Amino acid sequence: MSNIFNSMLAWVDKRFPLSSNWKAHLSEYYAPKNFNFWYFFGSLALLVLVNQLLTGIFLTMNYKPDASQAFASVEYIMRDVDYGWLIRYMHSTGASMFFVVVYLHMFRGMMYGSYRKPRELLWLVGMVIFFVLMSLAFTGYILPWGQMSYWGAQVIVSMFGAIPSIGETLQQWLLGDFTLSDAALNRFFAYHVVTLPLVLLVLVFVHILALHETGSNNPDGIEIKENKNPETGIPVDGIPFHPYYSVKDIVGVVVFLIVFCGIIFFAPEMGGYFLEYNNFIPANTLQTPDHIAPVWYFTPYYSMLRAVTVNFLGIDAKLWGVILMAGSVVVFCFLPWLDRSPVKSIRYKGPYFKIALTLFVISFFVLGWLGTKSPTPLYTLLAQIFTVIYFAFFILMPWYSKIDKTKPEPKRLKE
Amino acid sequence: MADSFSINEEMSGRRKFLVAATSVAGGIAGAAIATPFLLSMMPSERAKAAGAPVEVDISKLEPGMLLMVEWRGKVVWILNRTPDMLESLVKVEGQLADPNSDKKQQPDYAKNRTRSIKPEIFVAEGICTHLGCSPVFRKDVAPADLGPDWLGGFFCPCHGSKFDLAGRVYKSVPAPTNMVVPPHAYLSDSRLLIGSESEGSA
Repeated sequence: MSNIFNSMLAWVDKRFPLSSNWKAHLSEYYAPKNFNFWYFFGSLALLVLVNQLLTGIFLTMNYKPDASQAFASVEYIMRDVDYGWLIRYMHSTGASMFFVVVYLHMFRGMMYGSYRKPRELLWLVGMVIFFVLMSLAFTGYILPWGQMSYWGAQVIVSMFGAIPSIGETLQQWLLGDFTLSDAALNRFFAYHVVTLPLVLLVLVFVHILALHETGSNNPDGIEIKENKNPETGIPVDGIPFHPYYSVKDIVGVVVFLIVFCGIIFFAPEMGGYFLEYNNFIPANTLQTPDHIAPVWYFTPYYSMLRAVTVNFLGIDAKLWGVILMAGSVVVFCFLPWLDRSPVKSIRYKGPYFKIALTLFVISFFVLGWLGTKSPTPLYTLLAQIFTVIYFAFFILMPWYSKIDKTKPEPKRLKE
Repeated sequence: MADSFSINEEMSGRRKFLVAATSVAGGIAGAAIATPFLLSMMPSERAKAAGAPVEVDISKLEPGMLLMVEWRGKVVWILNRTPDMLESLVKVEGQLADPNSDKKQQPDYAKNRTRSIKPEIFVAEGICTHLGCSPVFRKDVAPADLGPDWLGGFFCPCHGSKFDLAGRVYKSVPAPTNMVVPPHAYLSDSRLLIGSESEGSA
């Protein structure tokens, strides 16, 4: 039996690099031996991606991208299609969980300096993945054509209208109409199910390829490739990804799926944070709901969008809001060059970085919370203060990371 | 390795020229074929044609009442203002960003304090000039959430922009300009045409 298998494998290997790729990327890909809890989220993001692709395909079988039928077709999936409710909740919960694992994955990179040389490009590809993910979430949220779908899309598309001179034409080009209508729904469906998933798959492939070129970073932030066994050429602090980390990741998958199923079966709407109550009302083009807020993962940026209320530097408040909102996401791309610390990992960084990162996390959560609330003068003031802290983390980084008191990095990973 | 990938120094002048010419021709062809695809995304002929004016009967619109109609897929408000409401327009002027409607957000015949043809009847697109939400009609004076200075107006729930009862924007809110007054005309005392200034031209 094993002879037949071996000869079949040899036959394939002569025609396709199967064994060599298996070795290069799994059984002989050496990862640092000290991965911790924070290293679960890359593989979990892949798991959620597969979940979104599979459930998404089955949803398209019953969904109708037509402004007069979309809402009813989603209700049809929920009520009349066998297990339609399950597939839809897996998809909608998967969207929120995608952001949970990706935010934790990004935070891991910020703690351990995974964006630093030589992984700048890996980080940038990851950021583009994040932008595509945001676009996917946005286009997907429009599809049920409920009140939040409609007015959320209205706000986002109007942001393009804030761009001087070309704004209005650009907005019409995006919408395919003079207002948000069936034409826009139809094309957002095309983006959501064809364009963006294709782009995302290619980028994820490139992300992993870039990772395997530089090798993984680790909680100590030192390069294991600088200390190789002279005979084998294998990093002395590395262990093969398979079976060591494939088995570890399966444990993460099991825990994740328990949480995931718990949400799907017991709290698929998550108290209005994953699926908003107003989106169970069909889109009404004549009336904005009294309280509108984006889904939780966009609320920090949304807070910054509405934080600016005064015109300055000759730019009006509306455009400033849009610039700040876009800037708050794009600014992550500059991290590899903003961080001037001699060490990568937070374990060896000094108090300034730790304080700055803590303030940043606090401002991210506070802005996120404010984004779910109706604006009042007090909340707007809070949003302004925390927007400043959020950006200060990035803009002041070249200084505080340089003068910080760091500890010496070890030569080898600890056991 | 990199030699086959980049333009290398030893390439002959003729080959360099041909590589450059082929790249330019390819780029132009690429831009040319992208054009019809990008233009296919502009509003279609059907979308352009659907913009006919709307006729509204306002004989049953009591003072203080707001009527909403749809024109070009947008909500249009028709508000019959009471004398108190008209008085509030004068009182709030100090707090407004553009009290004289200097920015072209209305036809010339609506560039006045009430931003309307008839003082009491206010017609406007019910869309916030910030990011397109539809503000809420708040005619209650000095409510708890809007503060004691509030004399009635429109409040946008999305980002907190405030407008007075003539759609004029307050200072220090996210919205940059007054609300848009669409072209409109009175065909008779009770018949209002929205989207055009005369019955024939649409």
